[in-house]
Amino acid sequence: MKTESILEKVLTSGQLAVTSECGPPRGALPEKITEKGELLRGIVDAVNVTDNQTAMVRMSSFAACVFLKQAGLSPILQMVTRDRNRLAMQADIIGAYSHGIHTMLCLSGDHPHFGDHPMAASVHDIDSIQFVQMVKTMRDEGKFQGGADIQNAPKMFIGAAANPFADPFELRVARLAKKVAAGVDFIQTQCIYNLDKFERWMEGVRRRRLHEKCYILAGVTPMKSAGMARYMKNKVPGMDIPDAVVERMASTPKEKQAEEGITICVETIERLKRVEGVAGFHIMAIEWEQKVPEIVKRAGLLPRPQV
Amino acid sequence: MITAERKPLDELVEYIRPFDRILLVGCNECVTVCAAGGRKEVGLLAAALNMTFLKSGKSLQIKELTLERQCDPEYVEELAAHIDGVDAVLSMACGCGVQEVARRFKNTPVFPAVNTKFMGASERPGIWAERCQGCGDCLLGRTGGICPIARCSKRLMNGPCGGSTNGKCEISVEVDCAWQLIWDRLKALGLEDRYEEIMPAKDWRTAGGGGPRKIIREDLAE
Amino acid sequence: MENFEPVVVAFCCHYCAYTAADMAGSQRLSYPANVKIVRVPCSGKVDAIHVVKAFEKGADGVVVAGCLEGDCHFKTGNIRASRRVAYLQKLLDEIGIGADRLEMVLMSAGMGERFAETAKRITEKIRKLGPSPINAMVLSEARQSAC
Repeated sequence: MKTESILEKVLTSGQLAVTSECGPPRGALPEKITEKGELLRGIVDAVNVTDNQTAMVRMSSFAACVFLKQAGLSPILQMVTRDRNRLAMQADIIGAYSHGIHTMLCLSGDHPHFGDHPMAASVHDIDSIQFVQMVKTMRDEGKFQGGADIQNAPKMFIGAAANPFADPFELRVARLAKKVAAGVDFIQTQCIYNLDKFERWMEGVRRRRLHEKCYILAGVTPMKSAGMARYMKNKVPGMDIPDAVVERMASTPKEKQAEEGITICVETIERLKRVEGVAGFHIMAIEWEQKVPEIVKRAGLLPRPQV
Repeated sequence: MITAERKPLDELVEYIRPFDRILLVGCNECVTVCAAGGRKEVGLLAAALNMTFLKSGKSLQIKELTLERQCDPEYVEELAAHIDGVDAVLSMACGCGVQEVARRFKNTPVFPAVNTKFMGASERPGIWAERCQGCGDCLLGRTGGICPIARCSKRLMNGPCGGSTNGKCEISVEVDCAWQLIWDRLKALGLEDRYEEIMPAKDWRTAGGGGPRKIIREDLAE
Repeated sequence: MENFEPVVVAFCCHYCAYTAADMAGSQRLSYPANVKIVRVPCSGKVDAIHVVKAFEKGADGVVVAGCLEGDCHFKTGNIRASRRVAYLQKLLDEIGIGADRLEMVLMSAGMGERFAETAKRITEKIRKLGPSPINAMVLSEARQSAC
């Protein structure tokens, strides 16, 4: 065991892990995050807290993680390289660890173009792969990125994202290999609708035995409506939603579409369980967190293991 | 070259409104190549400013001059013969040139007529695109001749990110994904293996992180 | 402004527009004397500065006349001229003279009638727009010498 992370414990025990995510509020409203957290208690092993997602300012992931930790949940600190330089990142990592946060996700971040501050300067002092290297060095060598020793170095279980559906496809396994070489412990993928493509990616992953070097959590997102399906298909970069899926949503009567979306999500999880190398699931139900318990239950993933 | 674009006319009018005699100075290098501040543009701007002020009954005296460069003191010195006869200088050079003129002529207000944009190259006639951000530690030898710092919207050195779509950047279909370009080039050169070499975190001191930069050639410096 | 006679400078390409003007003359088709023709080898040879200086010296309107699409003796001169005129129209708006005082027209060498009609149309358009905004200020001698 490299860390005290509950997620690490579940994954090393060989059981399927389940994580989900919470978006912090767009204001100083701690109850908004603890309410979402409550919905997930006992339902998931750990909860991601997003970091200024889509480049829209929200309560910092760090602050929100502290609230969740205080509520007895296991938060995953998401951090983007867009908003902080390596000094601020390392400072926040030490700070988070001091609050008992043991798991984090290293990301580049969506471009400010998409958010509410397109005029802001992006930082990108380091990229996500250099970020993984940095956190690993802090944990395993007890050193800051600049070389000096850390007193009581943070031991983070290190995660990163992978998108099998972005272009160019031929690079997507190599990019995972780079993250593994950098020292990543676990991966959460972009939400999966195109199972054929995901399975092709996993073939490449298995061929290089990358699934033995890191734990891969397959991402899923339930769709609320045919409109949402179409929006995600056409407007969100890096998403792959086959026409058949949009069709299925569209041909369902409007009042039953939400239910159909949940069913598709559960079916996807069931199919993913049979894919060799999948170590768990990351359920992203943005602004629909109340449905996560139903999804986890119907997918036969309850009760969560006590580790 | 350094690219630039003329500032909106009303901004320039506000700068020179208090003055009657203007020296409008162009530059024969970069801003000529990108059609922003060379001899031709000086002529056009002089006529445009003259007409703008004529509409309100003011007659502006504009002297037009184009220097070989404005970033070398020897050329800027040529303005000395004219400076006493003017109230202000409007320079069409890039920011470097404007500052050199201001440095030499401390008692005359100097205004920029163009917005200096980026270091770039010509994609086709009339189209210039950003290519270099002067990071001070060129890595083009490792990326097949394509710069991820200047051309990747997130300046990733181990890209692409998960937003790359059909060879284009997530922010716009007008922007190529630099890492798609780099990968295509590495393939064409038979260097696919290089892709997995992790580029370590960059030392940004050479890129300006260590303060304003200077080059001193001992053999040439006086 | 009852006595306002617009001054319109027409840059006409030798191969088409100027020949069309000639044809109008030989066919005794009258067109307003307000239109002052300047013969150029190709409409693409008309530089931005020529147009801008014409306005600076007091022209109320300017026309750039070239060959029909595909017929330019120099292949793409008329296309470049069209793009240049569009660019200058924006500049004229910025200056406050107005984009509508500048126009690009295309015609072939045999189109004497089109030349005459265009000359009439544009003269009337400029007459309605009134004198160029700078002309109250430009000394009358400058106008004489520009004509």
